[in-house]
Amino acid sequence: MVGCGDTMDEIAIKTVDLTKKYKDLVAVDHVSVDVKKGEIFGLLGPNGAGKTTLIRMLCTLARPNGGSATVAGYDIMKEDSKVREHIGLVSEKMIMYDQLTAKENLKLFGKFYDIPKEQLEKKIYELLTLVKMEKWANKQIGTFSTGMKQRINVIRALINQPDILFLDEPTLGLDPQSSSEIREFIRKINVENKTTMILTTHMMTEADMLCNRIGIIDYGKIVAMDTSENLKRMVSGADTTVVELEIPNLTNNIVLLIESLNSVQNVTRKNDTHINIQAKGAEAFDDIIDTVRQNDGKISYIRSLEPTLEDVFLHITGHEVRDQASEKIPMMEHRHGPRPMPAKRIR
Amino acid sequence: MRVVMLILMPLLMMVMVGFIFPSSNSIQNTPVAIANLDNGPLSKTFITGLETMNNQQGYMILSNATDFDDIKIQIQNGKISGGIIISANFTSSLQAGHWGNISIIIDQTNPQMSLMLQSILSAVIQQLGTQYAMWNLSEPLPRIVPYYVQVEGIVPGNPSYFEFMAPGIIAMTVMMALMTGLPHAISYEKDTGTLDGMLVAPLNRFSIILGKTLAQVVRGLIQGVIILLLAIFLFGVTIYGSIGLVFLILFLGIFSFVGLGILITSFTGKEETATMIMMTFMFPMMFLSGVFFPISQMPLAMQYIAKCFPLTYAAQALRKVIILGAGIPAISTELIFLAVFGVVLLIIAIPMFKKAMSR
Repeated sequence: MVGCGDTMDEIAIKTVDLTKKYKDLVAVDHVSVDVKKGEIFGLLGPNGAGKTTLIRMLCTLARPNGGSATVAGYDIMKEDSKVREHIGLVSEKMIMYDQLTAKENLKLFGKFYDIPKEQLEKKIYELLTLVKMEKWANKQIGTFSTGMKQRINVIRALINQPDILFLDEPTLGLDPQSSSEIREFIRKINVENKTTMILTTHMMTEADMLCNRIGIIDYGKIVAMDTSENLKRMVSGADTTVVELEIPNLTNNIVLLIESLNSVQNVTRKNDTHINIQAKGAEAFDDIIDTVRQNDGKISYIRSLEPTLEDVFLHITGHEVRDQASEKIPMMEHRHGPRPMPAKRIR
Repeated sequence: MRVVMLILMPLLMMVMVGFIFPSSNSIQNTPVAIANLDNGPLSKTFITGLETMNNQQGYMILSNATDFDDIKIQIQNGKISGGIIISANFTSSLQAGHWGNISIIIDQTNPQMSLMLQSILSAVIQQLGTQYAMWNLSEPLPRIVPYYVQVEGIVPGNPSYFEFMAPGIIAMTVMMALMTGLPHAISYEKDTGTLDGMLVAPLNRFSIILGKTLAQVVRGLIQGVIILLLAIFLFGVTIYGSIGLVFLILFLGIFSFVGLGILITSFTGKEETATMIMMTFMFPMMFLSGVFFPISQMPLAMQYIAKCFPLTYAAQALRKVIILGAGIPAISTELIFLAVFGVVLLIIAIPMFKKAMSR
């Protein structure tokens, strides 16, 4: 949590009991968060948890029903036009016109910010080079692949050099290579320009890779907020790891022997040859491998497993991520376009 | 909704066709002006006879006019539906044994009505002529029916029903272009997400909707021009009034609708819904606004409804300018109504749009 030592100068976004209701559904439930300047803050949660709604309120696209928030020092309700000067939004949808070229799109949106012509030209070139799209400047966006479009989507949000960048599921629907490239750009922009970033995602790995701090959101409430390590430790306790072993000649005897080790907390037998072992302490690995070898077991595969979002989520909320996604109706009538179905979206 | 349309459509079609052709019942209390250019007694006799017949049958409301130009202006202003001119040498002609000249001036914007009026007036004058002849049996007249009737219009040519309909259709098409174009434009931006891009930028909300609207206005005007050109070159319609006025009317027509278009667009989630609501308005308006048949032929209740629609005024003004060559004074009521309607709707619509955009 943000310490009492942080002054307002160091805080980019502050929300106090921010709430948003849609008829009987409470999408965002009294959320109080502080985001520090220059940090990459992750909002982690399943679909329908309220991530997008929260982002939309902070971008002044939706009005809260309760609570308040300041973004870049300006109140989102009373000084909304000032807020807009300092933010950029990389939304779930591609904010661009297919019929225009990359350059034309950037120019159009640049004009919304009253950027002088020469500066705009320079900025466009700079941004296109940043994402390695300078050769595509004069090609129609309609001809781009999804990965390329998303790159343009990201730099479009940077045209006005915002202090704060909101990214709503920036790698959803992308192939692994594109996802990794986008994450690289995000990191680069954060480091070079000290841009504060708020990222929503439902992938723990992504949150882990990019975010300084992560807030876990469930049913509109923030249920945990900390660094990635600390969150994982909540599940497993400090100093604990989970290992997956593949032992072709696994016997019940070996399993029992492993279970009886002091450093081992829990063993789950997945099938005839796979076991997951939760163990604690620096000696754990040695103990486990020794036990297996001494009993003529052959280890064909060994892997260290991290707690996944599932684990963290289950631990904190007491229910699975998947339960929630099937319980809730994932399609809400947002005023600005249809919500994406879980996990899949057409770009 | 669709079932309602299924039944309503044929019903309305029938009603519409019925109203296009006036029955003699609809010729009641038609305002007609009489200009008596003759100083002699015989013209006064004629007028008295006319008034007596009229009192019995009530076809017309008679009023006075000074001359042809006066009648012309009154027709252009929509004050009268026709005029009767008794020529200056009426009495002297008759006394000399020649025909007395009577001219019937018709309103060419309403060919059906004019036709009816013509035939009724001709019949009436015929009767009067016979009466006159009977009174003078003692002296056989060289002419048995002494009154000679000729029919004139204000502008040359004889417009047909097509000419009556064309201006209304132009006005209607232009307005519909706006009504369908605006929701489509905004829904497109909503769906692709670019609307968010605009809303997140420090752009004035008003300028967003203004931009969208202007684009649709231009589109509507271009469509109007195309139809106008088609009407002129393919169908021989002649514009007797000024083209500038035509554009002014079209522009004001669109302007009066802009507010409504914005309102409907703001509050509907999908383009289909917006278009459906738009259609619900457009449909009765098409039939009731005097595009396909003059409103004077509709029952009084429907006439009042028609008077609430901007399309009624736009179509009427266009008709006057295109067919009759009317100038601004003649269409001032229509222009004012269109402008006021537009302003009022805009004042309501713009704050609503701002509110809807930040739900």
